[in-house]
Amino acid sequence: MKPRPFDYARPDTVDEALALLAEYGDDARILAGGQSLIPMLNLRLIDAKVLIDISRLAALDAISDHGDMIEVGAAVTQNKLMAWPGLDDKLPLVAAALPYVGHFQTRNRGTVCGSIAHADPSSELPLALAVLGGEVVLRSKQRGERILAAQAFQKDMLTTAREPDELVAAVRFPVLAGQGVAFREVARRHGDFAIIAIAAVFRNQELHLGAGGLSGRPQVLRVPAEDYPHLLANDVVRFVEGLEGYDDLHASAAMRRDLFRNLASGVVGEAMRCAA
Amino acid sequence: MQTKNSGTAKKVLRKEDASLLSGRGRYADDLPAPVGTLHAHAVRSPHAHAEIVRVDAQKALAHDGVWAVITGDDVRKLSDPFLTAVKVAAPQWALAVERVRYVGEPVALVVAESRYVAEDAAELIDIEYAPLAAALDPQAACDSAAPLVHPEAKTNEVSVRAFRYGDTEAAFAKADRVIAMTTEFPRLSFTPIECYVVVAQHNPAEGSYDVLANFQGPFSIHPVMARSLRVAGPKLRLRIPPDSGGSFGIKLSVFPYVVLIALAARMTGRPVKWVEDRIEHLVAASSGPNRVTRAEAAVTKDGRILGLRLDQLEDYGAFLRAPMPGPLYRMQGSVTGAYDIANVDVKNRVVLTNKMPSSLIRGFGGPQLYLALERLVQHIAVELHLDPLDVIKRNLIPGQKFPYRTAAGALYDSGDYWRAIEIALGEGRLDELKRRREQARANGRIYGIGFAAIVEPAMSNMGYLSTVMSAQARDRAGPKNGAVSMARVNIDPLGAVTVTADVTVQGQSHETVLAQIVAKELGLAPDDIEVILELDTAKDQWSIAAGTYSSRFASGTAVAAHMAAAQMRDKLKSIGAKQLNVLPEDVELAGGKIRSRSNPDNALPFGRIAATSHWSPVMLPETMAPALSETGVWTPPELAPPTHDDRINTSFTYGFVFDMCGVEIDPATYQVRVDRYVSMHDAGRILNATIADGQIRGAFAQGVAAALYEEFSYNEEGAFLSGTFADYLVPTVSEIPEVEILHYESPSPLTPLGAKGLAEGNCMSTPACIANAIADALGVENVTLPATPRRIHAMLESGRK
Repeated sequence: MKPRPFDYARPDTVDEALALLAEYGDDARILAGGQSLIPMLNLRLIDAKVLIDISRLAALDAISDHGDMIEVGAAVTQNKLMAWPGLDDKLPLVAAALPYVGHFQTRNRGTVCGSIAHADPSSELPLALAVLGGEVVLRSKQRGERILAAQAFQKDMLTTAREPDELVAAVRFPVLAGQGVAFREVARRHGDFAIIAIAAVFRNQELHLGAGGLSGRPQVLRVPAEDYPHLLANDVVRFVEGLEGYDDLHASAAMRRDLFRNLASGVVGEAMRCAA
Repeated sequence: MQTKNSGTAKKVLRKEDASLLSGRGRYADDLPAPVGTLHAHAVRSPHAHAEIVRVDAQKALAHDGVWAVITGDDVRKLSDPFLTAVKVAAPQWALAVERVRYVGEPVALVVAESRYVAEDAAELIDIEYAPLAAALDPQAACDSAAPLVHPEAKTNEVSVRAFRYGDTEAAFAKADRVIAMTTEFPRLSFTPIECYVVVAQHNPAEGSYDVLANFQGPFSIHPVMARSLRVAGPKLRLRIPPDSGGSFGIKLSVFPYVVLIALAARMTGRPVKWVEDRIEHLVAASSGPNRVTRAEAAVTKDGRILGLRLDQLEDYGAFLRAPMPGPLYRMQGSVTGAYDIANVDVKNRVVLTNKMPSSLIRGFGGPQLYLALERLVQHIAVELHLDPLDVIKRNLIPGQKFPYRTAAGALYDSGDYWRAIEIALGEGRLDELKRRREQARANGRIYGIGFAAIVEPAMSNMGYLSTVMSAQARDRAGPKNGAVSMARVNIDPLGAVTVTADVTVQGQSHETVLAQIVAKELGLAPDDIEVILELDTAKDQWSIAAGTYSSRFASGTAVAAHMAAAQMRDKLKSIGAKQLNVLPEDVELAGGKIRSRSNPDNALPFGRIAATSHWSPVMLPETMAPALSETGVWTPPELAPPTHDDRINTSFTYGFVFDMCGVEIDPATYQVRVDRYVSMHDAGRILNATIADGQIRGAFAQGVAAALYEEFSYNEEGAFLSGTFADYLVPTVSEIPEVEILHYESPSPLTPLGAKGLAEGNCMSTPACIANAIADALGVENVTLPATPRRIHAMLESGRK
């Protein structure tokens, strides 16, 4: 369980990191927290000619409050965001989701943007970003910055719209003060990858209900609040039947859909209660 | 004679903790490797079953830093197949020869200057396979049309023996009902934190090997390794490191790698080190065997079991390594568990399949037996509309029958099972548990209660495995029986005491308990005693029974240490008598002094008298050999060989465990939650309460793991699906429920300490207890373990549709 040989680069600036990405493209891998990357390298599931370590770039290690949204830089660890004093008020859904992300030991290294960039279909942070309607900030040496909506960024299982020369420089979570949120996931053990995850937020007279683990990427159902709760049950059934789910050792696709059907209304109820 | 919570074991802290908790443990991988050590990496089969057509290592050998690529051809030239306990035409060498038989089987070994280089070079080896159909399901593998794992064996069902104890036919003829059930115990292992480590050196001048390995015993496997290497025993020096990151039985199975790395050292002329990684460990280290049991009981209307028939089909994977099929025979004497059943037929069948080989894991045959037996008892209650506790009580061995000889020959040394159960029901609050079930069910929730009553054997009779042979074959082979335990107490020139023993450390706190036992005899404090438990086969005393397995410590090595200390004590009394000018009968060892009992002021410090044998042996009492070192050798006579009618006292002591639990099944998440768990243990006299409870908690966690989490899964082609800890789910502290531990002490009359082994009980009882509770909750007959959400979902949804 040793990786193939690779070079290691630790640029001093973001521009140097982008220059290396421009030079190596697909042959480079960004190393931030390494919680998924290093095991995959050790298992020889992936290769890298060069690892570009951005974990010590101060410019990327910032949580910035822009009023209506919070921007989290690429070097910010999950535990740093968890400890950010504004989290409960401004990003209550993220506050609810973060304790499910691995274990505190992995959160000490694992980064917020790393989770988004890795794009696991049942992962908590991509789901929260999708349900909140957040954005991903991509930067490259050639084309500068571009900003993608979460749903446009994550395309499928472990697949994103990031170009080989682009760095996921930050993610932006819309602020959701005073609105109802709830998060729940089903996993075999504490800290495991979710079998399914459910996130609900009430926002501007709309319920946004997100599902992780039911397709290659998070899915979001939007229901006008006046239709709730009258239409919800039917909507949920229709929504979940439209998702194919997937089979693995721990759950069949049918079980994933059943879990969502069983638990969705409880999560919505909890979000409503905390909105009231 | 029976006492409850006698308090013999007042709280003694672990001697091991200061080192282990401050990072000063000395594990195999930490110990310095010899200068010039090379590193090995095994190339493993991606196929469940295939012919090896060609191995081309040219490119790998040309890679910088590569010293050798060893293949099955080399191994066949330089070594012999491993000796086995059962003669089957299924030879195994340290690498696959001509054919691979399971995913993960080592096919080649790359030896290079670093592990990184070895793994890089491994990718350059070109191996051509011709895939074959694989035999995977144990029942299907018995079919004559099944693919043969070893064609030369002509069958996959390589050993079948039928046993008759009592008159089972008559029992079935007069029964009111025959109640039957089939259970399947899954494949799992207990994944120690530390994987296998081997560092081997070869000395061509002596033709000898010197190997450091975290091998755990039994040392009956030392001759297996030496014979495979074609050397006499003393030419294979095996050193076991002082600390271990856990074993749970698994580290017996490092032995094929001891031979492989020793051969690599011989072929390269350099020391070679191999550290198994987690992927290798999960796919190929060792597994407990899976077992399919058909159990039938002849019962009366009121639930009395008159006779029992068991057909046990155990799947050992691709090879039957020594000492297999141990799990099938270790419980032979106690096959009727805690019950007074006079008539029993047992059929033991061994099948080989294209899965990783099985060997020792904690519980060793007990979990498989008791899942069948205790599920059957619960099923009898359901079928006869009886309370399961009534069925248990009606069949339990009555207290007045101890010592009790079972139908199959085990001698249960002590116990009062019903008394222990009564205490458990009271202190464990069965009434409250029943109320919880009632309330839950009234609210539409799914809740069930389970029980399990099991006998926990300890310290295996080294002859039990010969029951696999017919009586005639045993006669020809010569009798095998008994089990030797050894410990030594040494005194240094200043009277300091050290202890060595025939155990391998795995975290059981033997250091602490040995210090306690020896200190007590010598009138010292446990902290005065140094215990040194690394083992060196060239210099330490050991027998084939040495090692740490079958819960042999409390009734074996602990007794030997007690004997050695008593011998030393008696010698010191004689020496002290001469120096104190009193009679030896008047001498006592207490409070760090050796003194006159009648006049305690007439005393000398322990060290002063203890050092006499070093400094002035001429002053010793006449005819006395110097008291420098005393060895206790313990070999209980009760461990007789199998009788001609196959009755066998498989173990030396027999403890008792009674568990009860409540589980709730969440119909929304399909998860089984253990609501309450009570475990009552009678392990005779408890030697150290903290350590005893620690052992129980550990076994309980692994019992929960077997019931709900851990399983080695293969697909229909034999691909291995549980190759990482994301797929093979070891429960963590977040998943393990609280267990309420109760003790009842029936000291064993067979040992001076009265203690019995207790390290495996909950591995045996907990899977059955939880399965019974799930059956009660869902009102179903079949519960497949582990009861994962996926399985519960399938059960609930098939019920709904």
